[in-house]
Amino acid sequence: MTSTVDGQLPGVALPKSELLEMYRLMVLIRRFEEVAAEQYALGKIAGFLHLYIGEEAVAVGAIRAMDPEDHLVTHYRDHGYALALGLDPRRCMAELFGKATGLVGGRGGSMHFADASKHFWGGYAIVAGLLPIAAGLGLASKYLNQRRVAVAIFGDGATNNGAFHEALNFAALWKLPVLFLCENNQYGMGTAVQYASAVREMYRKACAYDIPAEQVDGQDVIAVYEATKRALDHCRSGNGPYFLEALTYRYRGHSMADPETYRSKEEVEEWRRHRDPITRLREQLLTHNVATIEELAALDRAVEEAVAEAVRFADESPEPDPATLTQFVYADPITVR
Amino acid sequence: MAREITYRDALREALREEMYRDERVFLMGEDIGAYGGSYAVTRGFLQEFGPERVRDTPIAELGIVGLGIGAAIGGLRPVVELMTINFSLLAMDQIVNHLAKIYYMFNGQFTAPVVVRTVEGFGQLAATHSQFFENYFAYVPGLRVVAPAVPKDAKGFLKAAIRGNDPVIFIEHSLIYRNRGEVPDGEDFVLPLEGAEVRREGQDVTIVSWLRGYYLALGAAEELARAGIECEVIDLRVLRPLDIETIVRSVQKTNRLVIVEEGWKSFGVGAEIAAAVQERALDYLDAPILRVASVEVPMPYARNLERLVVPNKDRVIEAVREVLYQRLPAPVAR
Repeated sequence: MTSTVDGQLPGVALPKSELLEMYRLMVLIRRFEEVAAEQYALGKIAGFLHLYIGEEAVAVGAIRAMDPEDHLVTHYRDHGYALALGLDPRRCMAELFGKATGLVGGRGGSMHFADASKHFWGGYAIVAGLLPIAAGLGLASKYLNQRRVAVAIFGDGATNNGAFHEALNFAALWKLPVLFLCENNQYGMGTAVQYASAVREMYRKACAYDIPAEQVDGQDVIAVYEATKRALDHCRSGNGPYFLEALTYRYRGHSMADPETYRSKEEVEEWRRHRDPITRLREQLLTHNVATIEELAALDRAVEEAVAEAVRFADESPEPDPATLTQFVYADPITVR
Repeated sequence: MAREITYRDALREALREEMYRDERVFLMGEDIGAYGGSYAVTRGFLQEFGPERVRDTPIAELGIVGLGIGAAIGGLRPVVELMTINFSLLAMDQIVNHLAKIYYMFNGQFTAPVVVRTVEGFGQLAATHSQFFENYFAYVPGLRVVAPAVPKDAKGFLKAAIRGNDPVIFIEHSLIYRNRGEVPDGEDFVLPLEGAEVRREGQDVTIVSWLRGYYLALGAAEELARAGIECEVIDLRVLRPLDIETIVRSVQKTNRLVIVEEGWKSFGVGAEIAAAVQERALDYLDAPILRVASVEVPMPYARNLERLVVPNKDRVIEAVREVLYQRLPAPVAR
């Protein structure tokens, strides 16, 4: 065993507090999603529910690397990002329940989390649709001489869409501070990447636009964190966009309606057993004596309670007031009838 | 005080004034800079404001609107141009799924105040470059859709659209850029983005239209007046929100309504107006509501065929006579 600086992982500059926070957030996301699936089965949650289980290291690594002023737009598998940003799990769960206390008042549901105070401008549910919006946020940052980077989160499926290519071209052409972070979870809904994309490695698509790009192990939260930091520095220094591909895997179906006929149980099991991001960090922390089993267990318990409390809160919260139905269609008044 | 200027100059003035007034306002679109704009609306702007604020874009309509949305969320006031309304189809996902919904879907947390300028029209441009799609946008809650016919509205609406907090689809018409009209002086002249206007009073028949159709209506009204028929001509000006009350008030007086639109008749703006009017004023109607619209074919190139497709003054006159029961129904689709 390599000797370590007390409270740190070898070769990793992050303090113990940050490592434990990453662990806690990944466990929170995992537990939140598991409980959401249960609540879906109970009929408390309806519609589409896209779970993030298995991919936790990507959101946590990326968000922890961002500056508070950076912009964020994501795809519709957005719960993990909201929780990694530190948004209240109670309000996240309440949104899934369609309650007035939800992140967006029950207007959006699972796919449309947002919090303007965190510059999280939303989860978008049309594949690739968020990418030009992210480029526009980068344009605003550059136009206003800000140092904010616009971070765009999307899946491998989005890279086959025209919006992806238009956004990359714009960002590169105008040297916009945009981090394109592709979560390659290897399936676009039920279609494996090799049946949808002529190129298996998503990061290679960035070379058509001269955007520097790399692939990172999306099951390694520290690797994601470090790669994101480097990428953000690149964007923040006026060098234009950057492309990161995080190789990851979702353990659950595309949504709750997914029969999962397109992949084997063994494949899923293989990732769960050998590539799990939480197990990986947990073992690192224990092996290198950064944390004790008791410390981690205490975090687990706190998460368990927080998620239970989130369900209680969501359950007890009121439904949206019907009188608000037509509120927020227009920001400015309308008087004609 | 007021001056008489062209529709094009009214737009140019609005853009220039708002760009001087607010540094967050910038323009983005295909060939709006070095080329000066397909319809010369932004000619000279690149030299005047520089490439940061007058941005030539790739031919990528979805991206143009999408970047506009992001820029607006990020604190800017983008005026994006879609070279013609035909190309707006490529941006439809951004406009309908994102632009129109951001304010509502995210519970009023933030808005995307993008102005999308675009233009419709025809002129032997064939099937894919001669279309009228205002109904596509007017269908969508969350968008404001304006279609100014006169220079005064063009200027007042565009300035208001740029200053406002809602997304606005701003529809111009290629055949009216040279039309002239009075525009009030002063940089603070803005108009609310709503309300139809009665531009000619009459007691016999109400004609409603917008953009170029408004001029057809006016021409028909003048000719009919010589035959002793007085038409009330309403310029719709704004398609969403639709000012149905102004139309109903006029129909309550004239008891007859003709709608002139350049789009295809089926599922068009005219259908919406007719439905809304009968909901509120069925008992006042003395004749069926008639629509003068384009013949339902893809636009042909040949000059004679194109002329058969789009509404003209004579067809408006025929429709007015028909609702007055002065002639038999025409044998061809209107």
